[in-house]
Amino acid sequence: MSRHPIEVRGYRGPDPLPRLALFAAAGTAIALLAFAAKPLFGNSPAQRRRELEDDAPRRLSRERAGSPAFVGKSVLINRPRAELYDFWRDFELFPQFMENIRAVEVNGDVSTWTIAAPAGQTVTAEVEVVEDLRNERLAWKSTPQSQIETKGTIDFRDAPAGRGTYVDALIEYKPPGGAVGRAIADLFRREPHVQARHDLKRFKMLMEAGEVSTSWRTRRQS
Amino acid sequence: MRALTYHGTKDVRVDTVPDPEIINPRDAVIKITSTAICGSDLHLYDGVIPGTLNGDILGHEFMGEVVETGPKSTLKKGQRVVVPFTISCGKCYFCEKQQFSACDNANPAEKQDMTEQLYGHAVGGLFGYSHLTGGFSGGQAEYVRVPYSDVGPIVVPDHLDDDKVLFLSDILPTGWMAADNADIEEGDTVAVWGCGPVGLFCIQSALLMGADRVIAIDHYSRRLELARQAGAQVIDFKQTNVTEALMEMTGGIGPDAVIDAVGMESHGFSLGDQAQAFNLADTIKQKVGIGADRGGALREAIFACRKGGRLSMPGVYGGFVDKFPLGALMEKGIQIKSGQTHVQRYLNQLLRLIEEDKIDTTFMISHRLPLEEAPKGYKNFKDNQNDWTKVVLKPGV
Ligand SMILES: NC(=O)c1ccc[n+]([C@@H]2O[C@H](COP(=O)([O-])OP(=O)(O)OC[C@H]3O[C@@H](n4cnc5c(N)ncnc54)[C@H](O)[C@@H]3O)[C@@H](O)[C@H]2O)c1
Ligand SMILES: [Zn+2]
Ligand SMILES: [Zn+2]
Repeated sequence: MSRHPIEVRGYRGPDPLPRLALFAAAGTAIALLAFAAKPLFGNSPAQRRRELEDDAPRRLSRERAGSPAFVGKSVLINRPRAELYDFWRDFELFPQFMENIRAVEVNGDVSTWTIAAPAGQTVTAEVEVVEDLRNERLAWKSTPQSQIETKGTIDFRDAPAGRGTYVDALIEYKPPGGAVGRAIADLFRREPHVQARHDLKRFKMLMEAGEVSTSWRTRRQS
Repeated sequence: MRALTYHGTKDVRVDTVPDPEIINPRDAVIKITSTAICGSDLHLYDGVIPGTLNGDILGHEFMGEVVETGPKSTLKKGQRVVVPFTISCGKCYFCEKQQFSACDNANPAEKQDMTEQLYGHAVGGLFGYSHLTGGFSGGQAEYVRVPYSDVGPIVVPDHLDDDKVLFLSDILPTGWMAADNADIEEGDTVAVWGCGPVGLFCIQSALLMGADRVIAIDHYSRRLELARQAGAQVIDFKQTNVTEALMEMTGGIGPDAVIDAVGMESHGFSLGDQAQAFNLADTIKQKVGIGADRGGALREAIFACRKGGRLSMPGVYGGFVDKFPLGALMEKGIQIKSGQTHVQRYLNQLLRLIEEDKIDTTFMISHRLPLEEAPKGYKNFKDNQNDWTKVVLKPGV
């Protein structure tokens, strides 16, 4: 996967200050204070990174930065790359596994995504494909007319020994202004990771098992 | 339809609820002819497995007649089937490796977060066994929706009665897999903790797989009698110190393989006995909801197991076990295998053993009740374990 400059937002990484205050208030020994303060002055994760950058996807870095909401997720699917690429290339199929996408209408390279927002509202994103490497990678970006600013990539890599395909998705969005914007910001801020994780799991179910699992007993529940 | 539903700890009732329907293409709907109460259901009944909601239909051991099929089901209306308690898609990496209970796709996406947090990975889907395993409606009911009906259910011949084949749904393959996981070798002595239905099938399976001797442990005389009937020597842990007895019965070597068919609600806290003494503390923690499982039998099994021996653990655990004898495990070099049963892996083989009368699947059934009396079944299976060894429920009677 490509290294991405924007970091996960909303992640609560190690925050030394409350710990410091707590220990000080409790009047604990200086040794403890020194220990708690260590990340502030000493061997911070950022400094350690300069010595050796590990091989985990950059989006998982413990360092906090960046403003747009950002989601990255990887899933191993027991199907060949081409099959997954073909399905994903057909944006109109998104509503089958993406919970918040109500409908997608495709016109050539531009497509319009109707996205469910809180309080029964919907917003639309107008999106164009900016990179299309057959069976390998798709990248898209919102057009200037879009209500939401968004971009994303999805990469398909062979897993070893016939174990299928690693699918890596990166999606980034800046909510619009105004009331609707705030509602959407809320929606995305609430659970962007959960949403992406669930969507990709449903994609995997659909590709492997041919249907999205549910424990509903009656159709009325849907 | 009528169905046994959960309403809180030790409170189950038979209610009228909406009938199940075909939702997905691979579904089938089964009209249930026989269904059983399992020791695993008691963990739900006792409230020690989280994520069961009021109104959930319980039951994961059931069989019946196919009455409706989705367009991608391979079943036909009128067929008589036994349904595995593990829901498995048959297509994912795990299903292809025959690790059916680890199926990646059965547990609905929105239900996977809980066990991902708890265990590091989402677990598979099970019928009637809390929302941790998917929140699927169970089979202590008149009808049930069966997902992936093209890979799960096994069609059974008409000449075999329900009683004979019903336990293919869970406890027979569970006992069989427990023995399989014990990697039994010729001449082995195998010790089995718990003479409930699972333990009783462990005994029969271990002997069929070539164990020289099985020693079974419990404290209910009726259950110990059944164990003997299945071919085991028995130890009553209320009468005798189990670890001492096992050493003496094996010339100081200890059993080659030990099987924990008790699980997270182990009984007994004899204080003179190191492996069991901690069980008292476990019980208190479990009562106040600290998420600690009661591991008395498990500790004792590890303590008794010979050096380089094998531990097989069909007994269900949900959280953490304190005072786990990790030192004994490591220093003696013991192998552990465990898991919810990969039912689909064993079905054909076990159906054949039933047909050939090599395995007795009916001797542990103590009570047959109409579904309407299921709450009475739960209460007695819990409180009168000596006499209530296995309860089969009949809907529509
Ligand atoms: N792995 C699986 O897929 C799977 C499937 C079915 C059942 N199970 C589990 O297997 C276990 C047994 O199921 P069951 O239906 O036989 O239950 P059960 O409750 O009928 O039997 C348990 C037996 O263990 C005995 N026991 C309790 N404490 C003991 C101790 N310290 N030493 C020796 N014996 C002790 C009890 O007296 C009882 O007879 C349960 O934990 C159940 O959840 C697992
Ligand atoms: Zn069971
Ligand atoms: Zn599967």
